[in-house]
Amino acid sequence: MAKHLRKIIQAGWGLLSNAYVRGFLPGQPFIYSGALKHFCVPGMNCYSCPGALGACPVGALQAVLAGRQRKFPAYVLGYLAAVGLLAGRFICGWLCLFGLIQELLYKIPLPKITIPERVDRPLRYLKYAVLLVLVVGLPLLYRSEYGAGDPFFCKYLCPVGTLEAGVPLVLMNDMLRPALGWLFRWKMLLLIVCILASILIYRPFCKYICPLGAFYSLFRKMSLVRMHVDTDACINCGACSKICGMRVDPHLAPNSAECIRCGECMRVCPVNALSFARAAGKQEKAAVH
Amino acid sequence: MNREFPEKLTVILLLAAVCLCIFGAATGEMEDVFIKAVNICMECIGLG
Ligand code: SF4
Ligand code: SF4
Ligand code: SF4
Repeated sequence: MAKHLRKIIQAGWGLLSNAYVRGFLPGQPFIYSGALKHFCVPGMNCYSCPGALGACPVGALQAVLAGRQRKFPAYVLGYLAAVGLLAGRFICGWLCLFGLIQELLYKIPLPKITIPERVDRPLRYLKYAVLLVLVVGLPLLYRSEYGAGDPFFCKYLCPVGTLEAGVPLVLMNDMLRPALGWLFRWKMLLLIVCILASILIYRPFCKYICPLGAFYSLFRKMSLVRMHVDTDACINCGACSKICGMRVDPHLAPNSAECIRCGECMRVCPVNALSFARAAGKQEKAAVH
Repeated sequence: MNREFPEKLTVILLLAAVCLCIFGAATGEMEDVFIKAVNICMECIGLG
């Protein structure tokens, strides 16, 4: 049960946040338009998904930045910072539907690829560039001749929107099909690459591309959910590093930017040296030793 | 020396983040998010 608890929570949250059944009925393209859409969900979840009950935080951030008034996005940034300070990338491990989808794809029994370290390490910085350029910079700076901005990440890169919104809406509604052009084909290509990569590599979108994971990782050392290593108990067996799909060495770097707080390492540690514990508790313990 | 980030400071920052969020909501930003989220986003689905 404990082994499956995370999957149950991930799936339960994914279903709950996309529980608008009416959106999936054939007919006119229709999405939920009730009051819950004022609020963002914590993970990547396209607001144009026919079932989505909340707003996508990355889409919302771009929408405000790309608005005609160029407002400072206090509401969305404050929300994201609060989630980051509370939980950080714990959201990635437990409350993001797209994270779960990638994990399930990785379970398909095909040979897996290990990206060489010299390629993997620099590629991990790509998600910060995506955050800075496509989510913040271009939506803020670019304006068309009519004064309209563009959500660059959503428009040109995000496979979540294509999977959760583009594909179901186009499949269910004949009237959208004539409008499909090069942009849809480009985004479908990205989605297919993302799906294939997820079968071969553990969570490639989370590791290399996701701007939300990049943002939450900034809070890795500050968030209330933190990981601690009891260095006295640790026998340096390496079991934790071996099980970690994100290629973190939790006994050496428990608050790595890449740790999604999935807790798999805690489950396999033979001496229970790893835990989610409060910073204050650990400091008191350190003072006694 | 690997000192932990003080939890009290996290709580203070958390309160500041919540205030920022409330300030944004009070200046109408929640409506901007709402309007974007209740209309099918052509960019998200790859139509525009
Ligand atoms: S990195 Fe992005 S897609 Fe992956 S789990 Fe985190 S928020 Fe979701
Ligand atoms: S599994 Fe536990 S004991 Fe082994 S190296 Fe990791 S933290 Fe230390
Ligand atoms: S270090 Fe542990 S909690 Fe973090 S991603 Fe790896 S297995 Fe999950």
